Amino acid sequence: MSIRATILEQITAIARQQNKHLVPLTDQLHLVDSGLDSLCLAILVANLEDELELDPFASGTVAVPVTLGDFIGLYEAATV
Amino acid sequence: MTRNLTTLADSVPPGLVSGRQSLRDLTLAIAPAARWLSDEQGRLRLGELDDASCLASTDHAGDFSGLTVLIATKTQLAAVLATLDLDGLARRILLCPPDLDPVHLPAIIDDAGVDVIVTDGTFPLPAGAPCRVITCHRKPSHKAPVSGGGIATEWVLFTSGTTGRPKMVVHTLASLSGPLDDGARLPSNAVWSTFYDVRRYGGLQILLRALIGGGSMVLSGAHEPVGDFIDRAATDGVTHISGTPSHWRRALMSPLLALFKPNYVRLSGEPADQAILDQLKRAFPAARLSHAFASTEAGVAFDVRDGRAGIPAAYIDDNGTPQEGVQAELILRDGVLCIRSSRTAQQYLGAVATPLADADGFVATNDMLERREDRYFFIGRQEGVINVGGQKVYPEEVEAVINQHPDVRMSRVRARVSPITGAIVTADIVLHPGVALDHARANPIRDEIAQRCRDHLAAHKVPVSLKIVPSLDISAAGKLLRGRA
Repeated sequence: MSIRATILEQITAIARQQNKHLVPLTDQLHLVDSGLDSLCLAILVANLEDELELDPFASGTVAVPVTLGDFIGLYEAATV
Repeated sequence: MTRNLTTLADSVPPGLVSGRQSLRDLTLAIAPAARWLSDEQGRLRLGELDDASCLASTDHAGDFSGLTVLIATKTQLAAVLATLDLDGLARRILLCPPDLDPVHLPAIIDDAGVDVIVTDGTFPLPAGAPCRVITCHRKPSHKAPVSGGGIATEWVLFTSGTTGRPKMVVHTLASLSGPLDDGARLPSNAVWSTFYDVRRYGGLQILLRALIGGGSMVLSGAHEPVGDFIDRAATDGVTHISGTPSHWRRALMSPLLALFKPNYVRLSGEPADQAILDQLKRAFPAARLSHAFASTEAGVAFDVRDGRAGIPAAYIDDNGTPQEGVQAELILRDGVLCIRSSRTAQQYLGAVATPLADADGFVATNDMLERREDRYFFIGRQEGVINVGGQKVYPEEVEAVINQHPDVRMSRVRARVSPITGAIVTADIVLHPGVALDHARANPIRDEIAQRCRDHLAAHKVPVSLKIVPSLDISAAGKLLRGRA
């Protein structure tokens, strides 16, 4: 499964688990408007680290991504 | 602290050990020929101590009177024997726990003004220790000590901090052995035991009750497998035994436990959850079961005897009213349990000693309580809190939910760094032995635990990952190692 597909699947699963209503997911979507709160995003980052073995935030210097496209881009860049 | 000492001395109830009678006098006053101490190497009858000492000293009065003595032995028995000789004679005795990092010894010797070190020859003393070293033998073959000279010897205990230098806490025999109604009505032939080392507060309580109360005692070995210890305890007919919930969880794994029939089982040192209480009730249906709270600084505060986890709300809400099981004044300050009694320690010792109690004589425990219905529950240590995006999570609170799953033996909840919320909650879980080998069950169990957490805990307290691990580390003091500073 591609990184993009994994991330979208995780977002859907976490939203269901946390009883959050998701808006349609597009690259332009601002994460704050996605329906995911910060706890959901924290869970998402932890789950992705476990599943993809990627932690693009590990350096502590990465700016918090604003849109879903930025977020996915961070993970895709981390594999290179 | 001076004021505190005066208050304590004035409030000593009649009959409390006053410091005028030494531990040796009190111990040998009751049928010493019939009583004994035992460890992995065998038994020592207390009668053998009647006119003999284990300390290779030429002149007890000259060697120890009014001096500060560090008791640094490998075996618990040697430390007990030295203590019996030195209480009432020395100005101050320091009971060095076996896991004390020797790197701290020079500073301890300096801070406490140690004059003499008593050792059994196996403790790693610093090279060229700047004081006299006297050996304690296992066999009492030396000249008897002069009976306690009436000095109220200071007993210095070390706290079991997770890292850094342990604090030195000053007690006296009076504060350590004040009368307790703990529901353990004592037959004269009681045989006591504890998983603790007797140089820790919890273990020392059991030792002093055995020695002063006319009983015998089985001492645990430092690296003794728990099955072997249970076997010895059963063979020696132990009637009263104490340990931490972590000790007991380990003991419950031993098939030899079925042979062990104590009358009194006590838990302390960590909060007891309902799961461990229920398991012990099943394992020892005839025993009185209690869980207690004590700390090195605050002393014994209370015990709970109804078999339920948590503390009856009246213990705290009706503070000041005499109640069965309550041995101190208990109050909450900002959710933190604070304790005042004649059993609290006198002070910390050291170059930068902070006050041990507040101006009213209350000792803050750093243990946080929360009321749920008619009980108070420990929700964690003040310093152990996990901060999830500004919301507090107490690991113990989450562990209590996880531990309710029938297949879980124990768990440890920790913080995991999160770039989003600073921290999130994660859990390591040890399953019961039978289940742990069944790999097909691992995923369903994980799902069940996760669901249980979601049903019972706020979203930010639910562990984001549940890892099944073969074992969790237990500290030398018998507590779950949390790996936090």
